[in-house]
Amino acid sequence: MKFLCIDCDTQMTFEERQQPGDGTFAASFGCPRCGRRVAMLANPMETQLVSTLGVEIGGRTLDEQPLEFTRGAVAGRDDAFIEDAPRAPRPVWSSDAEERLGRVPSFVRGMVKKIYSDYARDRAIAEITPAIMDRAREELGLEGM
Amino acid sequence: MATHRTYFDVEGPDRSALGAQVGRQRARVIERLRDVKRVVAIVSGKGGVGKSYVTAALARAVAQRAAAVGVLDADLQSPTVARLLGATGPLRVAEDAVHPALGTNDVRVVSTDLLLDDGRPLAWRSTAGETHVWRGAAEAGVLREFLGDIAWGALDVLLIDMPPDAGRLADLATLVHNKLAAIAVTIPSDESARSVQRALTAARDGGVAILGVVENMSGYACATCDTIGPLFAGNAGARLAAAFDVPLLARIPFVPPGAGTPALPHVLLDCVHAPRSAHEPPRE
Repeated sequence: MKFLCIDCDTQMTFEERQQPGDGTFAASFGCPRCGRRVAMLANPMETQLVSTLGVEIGGRTLDEQPLEFTRGAVAGRDDAFIEDAPRAPRPVWSSDAEERLGRVPSFVRGMVKKIYSDYARDRAIAEITPAIMDRAREELGLEGM
Repeated sequence: MATHRTYFDVEGPDRSALGAQVGRQRARVIERLRDVKRVVAIVSGKGGVGKSYVTAALARAVAQRAAAVGVLDADLQSPTVARLLGATGPLRVAEDAVHPALGTNDVRVVSTDLLLDDGRPLAWRSTAGETHVWRGAAEAGVLREFLGDIAWGALDVLLIDMPPDAGRLADLATLVHNKLAAIAVTIPSDESARSVQRALTAARDGGVAILGVVENMSGYACATCDTIGPLFAGNAGARLAAAFDVPLLARIPFVPPGAGTPALPHVLLDCVHAPRSAHEPPRE
């Protein structure tokens, strides 16, 4: 959906969403030209309808979690799930490392990127640099990557 | 009243992109089932024909062929197949998927039975009210997540134990159309034939390949005299198979408790999982 400022004939931009916990939902939008702001307010049933689709107004800010809707919506037993130990967050790539990755043939680039990412993540390395790539190549025997 | 520009006239981005979000959900299902060779829905169009019993027996028998088998219990309101396969929770949540429970012969199972308290019906946490408006969409959402968020891994076949009504098959067909086939389960009676006919018609109209018909409770296997006596009047299995030009895959007698499990015919097993030839390397 899009919001249009009629006076300016300009598309309004999304600002924020709020779910205060009473089942309602609010999303605010502003006109980049005149500054007018509006809020879209949804009642609990409308909010439920949208969340039932497993989608988020304003777009997703976090990746969908496994069984996210089911776990949130089904009133079930408390011990239905056990969580694996959390892994370290995904590492970021330095610009040098990105550039080096860009030289890998495109048809294997995704696989190579995953290998390096998993290597860094398993070792709680926050940033992948060319030095980390060298170390991974040596330890994992990735000649040519 | 002035005429405004329409959604398509306004060229700016749609940050919500609800259609794209739904598209990603469907892509997630396709990606998750990439290594699943076949998805077979066990349908009936009515309750009480032993659909879950047939699903569990079929899963066990195919798994005994050293095949990798999964069972998704799509009968969200009355889940039974997990119990029949001896699968219990809790389900292990990993980073990007939830691992299925393991049942008999390592059959991978997911079911709402593993999520609900004993004796409690499927219920929703929402306080929104008007449940009838959104319950169908919510159940479709659970089915989608059971397909797309469970770490099924490589499977020779994923069996789906469908609810009695025919509508859920349409949801399933939308999500996994290219791999989906169906087997119908009936009991011999005319009443069953009428209901199962509707389910088969829904499958055919939805473009779902029908592998055949199984007639369950097809007589009563006497535990002492080794004979099969009559149980229900009728021959619904043969009639439905002829009407839809598909094979009658099995006629399974009712076996009293403690009298063992009837062996399923090879033609039934072969239609969901072709036997491995002697020249193929063993599965790891």
